[in-house]
Amino acid sequence: MTVLYTTDHEWLRIEGDTATIGITDHAQSQLGDVVFVELPKVGRQLKKAEPAAVVESVKAASDVYAPITGEVLEVNDTLSSEPALINSDAAGKAWIFKLKIADKSELGGLMNEAAYKAHTA
Amino acid sequence: MATHVSEAPTLRKTPLHALHLARGGKMVPFAGYDMPVQYAAGVLKEHLHTRAAAGLFDVSHMGQIALRPKSGKIEDAALALERLMPQDVVAIAPGRQRYAQFTNAAGGLLDDLMVANFGDHLFLVVNGACKAADEAHLRKHLADACSIDMLTDRALVALQGPKAASALARICPEAPAMKFMDAGPQQVDGISCFVSRSGYTGEDGFEISIPAARAEAVVSRLLDNPDVMPIGLGARDSLRLEAGLCLYGHDIDTTTTPVEAALEWSVQKSRRSGGARAGGFPGADVILSQLEQGASRRLIGLLPEGRAPVREGAQLFADTNSADPIGAVTSGGFGPSLNAPVAMGYLPASHAAVGSLVFADVRGQRLPLRVSAMPFVPHNYKR
Repeated sequence: MTVLYTTDHEWLRIEGDTATIGITDHAQSQLGDVVFVELPKVGRQLKKAEPAAVVESVKAASDVYAPITGEVLEVNDTLSSEPALINSDAAGKAWIFKLKIADKSELGGLMNEAAYKAHTA
Repeated sequence: MATHVSEAPTLRKTPLHALHLARGGKMVPFAGYDMPVQYAAGVLKEHLHTRAAAGLFDVSHMGQIALRPKSGKIEDAALALERLMPQDVVAIAPGRQRYAQFTNAAGGLLDDLMVANFGDHLFLVVNGACKAADEAHLRKHLADACSIDMLTDRALVALQGPKAASALARICPEAPAMKFMDAGPQQVDGISCFVSRSGYTGEDGFEISIPAARAEAVVSRLLDNPDVMPIGLGARDSLRLEAGLCLYGHDIDTTTTPVEAALEWSVQKSRRSGGARAGGFPGADVILSQLEQGASRRLIGLLPEGRAPVREGAQLFADTNSADPIGAVTSGGFGPSLNAPVAMGYLPASHAAVGSLVFADVRGQRLPLRVSAMPFVPHNYKR
């Protein structure tokens, strides 16, 4: 299992052909109190860099982009009733959606944890 | 995630800038100033704390103006100011203040403001983003009757919430005896300040104008009380939105009249048709006629039926499929005290009745909203 990061502050946990995607703890701390999460529809084909989900704080709405191309396999419905889970456990229970990875070569452009830490430092 | 980095030009600092930084304020550009949007507690906790106890807001970016009558008679300054607004300024008793608007020739709003009678002069508090234009407007039209002083050496803070009075009483024993919209000079912690019992949250509270050099000391005394938490611009906006209070540049501007903005209550009888000093302000023809006949559109409260916030700029539709919008949201977000999204916007009079159902376009979906009475959260003023 590998965890990768984007410059847009998303994380991807790679398990076989599946990528589980969420936003980083750094991102949630920048956003502040999350009050609403709009999830993508299961089955939707997402292209890399396409808006996939929306995370809204009291003050503003922020897009979550698909970090790679793929089909939405599953979404975290818990976030509909408990959006604040993003603030309390962004890197764990508050995963947002799972993608079936269409092209593994796209993973090459993402950062490992050390590189992401340097990016946010 | 899309994160925004603003390359701000040289931002001005309020006299409380160092205090914001020391207390962990997350600073953003606002009205030309480097201001705290929130502190470590975050918008949600800051909002709820203000409604439960007391919040301290730095609003020093706002303009504070002294208008002194050249004749020495306060009524002359009041009459002069009435040339620029549809309010009865003459009737503001010494020690009282009133909500007002500067109007333009089309009946639109150049700014909204507070006007206080300090006995020998009038004291105005105007929006930060409008203060330079307001000063020029006053100089252009009132220079014959008034001297106009922009008080740039003063901070302005708001102390808001059910515990504001007890918190301020520790350093200003006279404060709890003041009533809503009382205003005047007071000693606060031994410093000569101007205090009004008013605010922008819907809660009981005070606005305190403090000489810049003493602002940090006075504010530190207020914050040296577990009931009082510093509050950023984020919660200031969610508090005023729940209270149904307009934000200039968003809900009201040069294209909206006081009647369209549902501010008729702020236009006194004496300035309306048949009143002792009817008209005589810019846009009087439009505003007086709208006061009698109504306006074709109206600023209304909106409660989204789902959980998704409907934000400023969202277009409003009569149904789920019509192509032509009938209005737009001018302020919208999440109301922490209501624990639900809230919004306000303009709708045609035909759709403005409380209970009407309209639809907002949010990311390509039509979300239902119900027209609601405002305020969304009851006001808690000490009348």
